[in-house]
Amino acid sequence: MSDRPLVQLSGISKFFSGARALENVDFSCHSGSIHAVLGENGAGKSTLIKIISGVLRPDTGILNLDGAPMEFANPAEASAAGIVCIFQELSLVPDLTVAENISLATPPRRFGLIDARAQRQRAEELLARIKCEDVDPNAMVRDLSLSRRQMVEIAKALGKNPRLLILDEATSALTSRDVETVYGLLADLKADNVASLFISHRMHEVERLCDTLSVFRNGQHVETFAKGVRSDRDIVRLMIGREVDAHFPPKPVTGKRAPHLVVEQLRWENRLKGASLNVGKGEIVGLGGLDGQGQKELMLALFGVLKGVEGRVAVGSTSGVPGSPAVAKSGRSRIALVPEDRKTEGLMLPMSIADNLLAASYSKVSRGPFIDPALERQAVADGIAKLQIKIGRPEDAVATLSGGNQQKVVIAKWLMTDPELILLNDPTRGIDVGTKQEIYRLMRELADEGRAILFYSTDYAELIGCCDRVAVMYDGAIVTELSGTEINEEAIIAASLNIDATGPLAGASA
Amino acid sequence: MNSLLSSLAISMRQNRGFYGALFLLSAIYLIYNILHPRGFSSAVFVQNANESVAIVFVAMAQTIPVLMGGLDLSVGAVMTLASCIASVLVNGSPLQIVFGMIVTLASGTAFGFANGLIIVYGRLQPIIATLATGAIAMGLALFIRPKPGGDIDGDLNWALTNSLWDFVDTYQLFDPDALWFQPIAWIPTPFLIIIVVAVVVWIPFRRTVTGRTIYAIGSAEGPAYMSGLPINRAKIAAFTLSGFFASCGGLYLAIQTASGNADITQAGAYTLNSIAAVVLGGTSLLGGIGGAIGSLIGALILRVISFYFRILSIDPLLQPLVEGLVLLAAVSLGAIGVLRVKNRLDLFR
Amino acid sequence: MSFSFASLKPEDKPVLIASGFVLVILLVGTVYTMATQGSAPLLSPNYLLQQLQTGSFLGIVAAGMMMVILLGHIDLSIPWTVAAAAMMATTVGGDMALPTGIAVGITVGLVNGLGVAYLRIPSMIFTLGVDSVLRGLMVWHTGGFAPQDQATPIMRFLAADKILGIPVAIFVWVAVSLVIVLILGRTAFGRAVYATGNREGAAYLSGIRTRWVIVGAFVISSVCAAMAGILLAGYSTKAYQGMGNAYLLPAIAAVVIGGTRILGGQGRYAGTVVGVTLIVLLNSVLSIMQMPEAGRQVIYGCVIVGMLLVYGRGNKVVS
Repeated sequence: MSDRPLVQLSGISKFFSGARALENVDFSCHSGSIHAVLGENGAGKSTLIKIISGVLRPDTGILNLDGAPMEFANPAEASAAGIVCIFQELSLVPDLTVAENISLATPPRRFGLIDARAQRQRAEELLARIKCEDVDPNAMVRDLSLSRRQMVEIAKALGKNPRLLILDEATSALTSRDVETVYGLLADLKADNVASLFISHRMHEVERLCDTLSVFRNGQHVETFAKGVRSDRDIVRLMIGREVDAHFPPKPVTGKRAPHLVVEQLRWENRLKGASLNVGKGEIVGLGGLDGQGQKELMLALFGVLKGVEGRVAVGSTSGVPGSPAVAKSGRSRIALVPEDRKTEGLMLPMSIADNLLAASYSKVSRGPFIDPALERQAVADGIAKLQIKIGRPEDAVATLSGGNQQKVVIAKWLMTDPELILLNDPTRGIDVGTKQEIYRLMRELADEGRAILFYSTDYAELIGCCDRVAVMYDGAIVTELSGTEINEEAIIAASLNIDATGPLAGASA
Repeated sequence: MNSLLSSLAISMRQNRGFYGALFLLSAIYLIYNILHPRGFSSAVFVQNANESVAIVFVAMAQTIPVLMGGLDLSVGAVMTLASCIASVLVNGSPLQIVFGMIVTLASGTAFGFANGLIIVYGRLQPIIATLATGAIAMGLALFIRPKPGGDIDGDLNWALTNSLWDFVDTYQLFDPDALWFQPIAWIPTPFLIIIVVAVVVWIPFRRTVTGRTIYAIGSAEGPAYMSGLPINRAKIAAFTLSGFFASCGGLYLAIQTASGNADITQAGAYTLNSIAAVVLGGTSLLGGIGGAIGSLIGALILRVISFYFRILSIDPLLQPLVEGLVLLAAVSLGAIGVLRVKNRLDLFR
Repeated sequence: MSFSFASLKPEDKPVLIASGFVLVILLVGTVYTMATQGSAPLLSPNYLLQQLQTGSFLGIVAAGMMMVILLGHIDLSIPWTVAAAAMMATTVGGDMALPTGIAVGITVGLVNGLGVAYLRIPSMIFTLGVDSVLRGLMVWHTGGFAPQDQATPIMRFLAADKILGIPVAIFVWVAVSLVIVLILGRTAFGRAVYATGNREGAAYLSGIRTRWVIVGAFVISSVCAAMAGILLAGYSTKAYQGMGNAYLLPAIAAVVIGGTRILGGQGRYAGTVVGVTLIVLLNSVLSIMQMPEAGRQVIYGCVIVGMLLVYGRGNKVVS
C-alpha cells in the first residue's frame, strides 16, 4: 500500500433539489487495497461512487487523482483515467453481442473500422480470466441469465485496465462459484497494485475480502478503519448511528386464526414449483428466503398478473386465481399489491400526488359516470392524513417527494380500496429508518383491523420484528414455516439456504 | 465449415426478422417471374429495379433513426427536395453534371445534419421535429420547382436506367460486347447502384463506433452513456446519414423520371412506405435491432407486391387494399409472440 | 379549475405561449392588411367565424387525436377514416347517413385499438396499415372516382348552416370539446388515459384495465375523425378521394403545439384548442398575404420547430 492515495476527495458535497446526498466528505483510497464502503440505504454510498466515476459532478469540493485535481465531465473521462465502475444497474446493451459489449466504447480497429475478430479474441481472453468460458462471445446479452450478465459486466470492466475498480453490489446476482472467482480476481488485482472499492451489504464478504472499511451515514463520512479494529456490532452501530434495538410494534398473542388466503401447490413456468401457504385474517405472514426464489412471482400470481398459473387459490369466499389486477382488487377478493419497484410499477412519477392516490379507486369517488370533485378532494385529504404523508400540495408531481413518502403514497393508494388481503413486496427497500418504523406500525394496525397481510422482505430483522409467522421460500416452493419464538435469524438463514440448521453447510451451493 | 454453419445458425436465430423477409422476398419474386407472361428477362429485371431504387433509398434512410428508437418523418420530403434540386442542376457538361449531383447529395445530407442538430441541442422528440422540418423541406422543394418538370441529361437518364451493357455503351467505356463482360452485362445499373451504396456506405458505417452507438442508443440509452459512447455525435450522424440516403433516392428519382416534382402527397406516401419497409425488413420500431439491408429487402417486398398487379389481371383498384393487408398481416405475424408472454408485466417494457 | 387535479403546471405554460402566439399572428396579419389594403378583415367577427368554421373540422380531428397521443400512441389512419366515413354516409344517405358514418368510425377505432392494445403492435405501423386498407376499400367501393352521392340535408345543415349568425359546425366543435373535457377531467376513463400514458405498467398494477383504455381512446379518435368526415362532406356537398389527407399532420401539430407530450401522459385540452386556432389563423394570414405554397410550408415548419424550442427551453429551466 502506497502512502499517497490514488483517489482523494476533500470537502465534497452534493445536493439534489435541496436534499443533502453528501456533505463535506473527505475520503481517500489507496492502490493495492480492497476498501469496503458501508452504510444504510441513502447514506450516500451511491452518490459517492457516482462522483468518483464521473456520473455526477460534485457541487463543491475537489477530487484528486494521484495528487492532481481532476474534473470528470462524464463516465468516459473517468474510465480513461483508470477509474472503472461496475454498477448495480448493469451497463450492458442488451441487443449487442457479448464481445461487442466488452469492447463497447473502445473496440480494436483495423483501417478505422471495428475488427470483429480481434474483438472476439479479446472477449474470449477476458472471459477466460474470470473463468466464464461457457459464455459465447457471439451471444446477444439479452439472451444471457442475470448472473452471466453480471460476469460479462465484470469482464468489460477488467478490459478497461482499471487502476481503481468500483464494485457496487456486484456480487448480488452471482452464483457461489462465480463469487469465488471474483474473490480470487480481487486478490489478484490487489497484488497488481490496483485499488478496489467494494460496496456490499454482506458482512461476511466484507470481512473476508477487505482490508479497510469506511462507514457512511446520512451523507457523511463517519469513520475509516482497518479491518479487525472494530467489531460487527460496532460497525452496525456506526452505520445506523445508535444502538441496535428493535423498534417494532409488539406482536399480539393470539391463537390460531381462520385462514383468509389459502394457496395450495401453486405452479407457474419454472419459477413457482408447488408453493403452499395460508394467511389468516389479522395476521402478518412474512415471506423470506434469498432474493429470486419465487417470492415476487407468488405475489404477482395472486394478483392476477401471471398467465398459466396452476394450483388452488382461495381468498375469503372466492376461489381461483384472478384474471387481472382489476379483478383482484374488486369484488369479494379485494387484494392490494404494493409492488417491488415503486418508481416503475407503483407510481406514475410525473403525475400529481392526488392522481396517484386515486389511481386504484376512481369508482369510489364517482357519482354515476362522473368523478365528484368534492369526494375526490376528501378522499385525497384522508389518504394523506392517514399515512401522514409530508407534501406541499396534492397537485405537486409525486416525483418531488422523498422515497419514503413516495412509498407511503403507494400504500395509501391501496388503503383507499379497503383491501382485505395486502401483498407487500419489499415495501421498505431504499427508504429512511423513520418511515420504515411508520410502515411497521401501520402494518400492525391494518392487521389488527382484521386484514390479512403477506409481507416479503429481504431484511431478516424486519421479518423477525414484524411477522406472526414466516414462510421461507427456496426454489419456487415454501420450504419452512416458522412461528413464535422459532422466528430468529439463524432459523431464517438456514431455511433460506435450504439446509438443516444443525447439519453441515455443504448443501448451500446446490 | 462447421463453425461457419453454426455461426450462420446463430445469426439466423438472432435476426429472425431479416431472414424471414429475405425468404419472403425470394419466394414472391420467384413466383412473380414464374407467373410473368414472358418469364424472367433482363428487361423486366431492369424495369423492376428502376422502380425500386427511390423507395429502397428512402427505406434505408428511415432505418437509421428507427434503430435509435426514433423516427424521421422528413425522409420523403428530403428526397423530394433532392430530386427538385437535381432536376435543376444535373445537366450540361460532364463536369456540371457531376457538380450537380454533388450539390444534390450535399444539400440532402446537410438537411439531415440540421435535423440532427435541432433534435440533439433543441432536445426535441425526433418524430415531431422532423414532422416540422419535413414541411420546411417541402417548402424549399416547391420554391425550387413550383410546377413539375426539369432538365436532366439524357445520356445519364439512359445509362442509369438500363442494364450495365447500356451504361458501358452510352459512355463508350470499353467494348460492351467484350466476352468477359457478358456474364454481368445484363445486370440493371440501378440494381448495382443500390448494392454499391449499401456496401460502400452502410456496411462500413455499421462497423464504426458511431454506428455501434446508434444500435446501443436504441437498445438501452442509459448503459450506452455509462459506457462512454458518443451519444450526441451518433444522434447527429444518424440523421445526417438518413439525409444522405434520402438524397440518393431523390437524385435517382430525378434522373429516372428526368424531372422533379414537389408533390406533397407523394412525399408523404414515401415517408409512410419507408416505415412499412423498415418494419417488414425486420427492424424493431423500438430500436436496437435490425439494419439498412433489411429495409432494402422490405422495400423490395413492397415493390414486388405492386408488380403483381401488372401481370395478374387483378383490378389495380385493389392495390392499396392488398398492400395494407400484407402490411397488417406481416406485423400481426410478428406480434404472435405476445400471446406467449406469461408475465403480463413484460408487455409494458 | 374545471380540470382540478389533472392540471399540472408544466402543461399550462405551452397553452399560454401558444395563446400569446395567436395574438401575435392576429397582430402581424392586421398590420399587414392595414398597410396594404387599409382594412382589418382579421378582426372582423364574420371573417373570424368563417375561419373557425373550416377550422372546426380540424378541431374535431385534433380532439380525437389528442386522446391517442395522451396514451403515447398515434393514429395515422385519420385520413381515410375521414374519407371512409364521409363516403359511406353519402352512399347510404337518408336518415341512416349519420349513424353509418359514426359506425365506420367505431369500427375503425375498434380495429386500431385491438391491434395496438392486444397484439401490442406499435400504433405507428398498425394504424398506417389500417389507413392503407381503408383506402383500398374505398377505392374499390368508388371505383377510384369521386362518388356522385350528395350529402344529406342534415349533413349540409351541420356543416354549412348558421344559427344566430354563428356556423353550426362551430357548435358541433364546441359540443365535441365539452365531451372531451368532461371525459378527461371528470371520468375514471379520462384519468386512466393519463395514468396509462404515463406508465402503463403502474396503471395496470393499480387495477386499471389499460387495454380497454387504449381501445377506448382509439375509438374516440376514429369517431372524431368520422364526424369530421361527415361535416366535411356536408360542407363540400359530397365526399371525395383524399379528402382527409390535409388533416393528419396539422392535427398532430395542433396537439403538440398545445403542449401535449408526444410520448404521452401530459397535456390539456385547452392547449389543443389553442393549437388548432393557431394553425387555422396562421393559414388565414398566409392566404391573405397570398403567400405561395412554398413559403407557407416553410413558415409552417419554422413555427412548429420554433414553438417547441421555446417550450423545451422552459422545461430545461424548470428541471
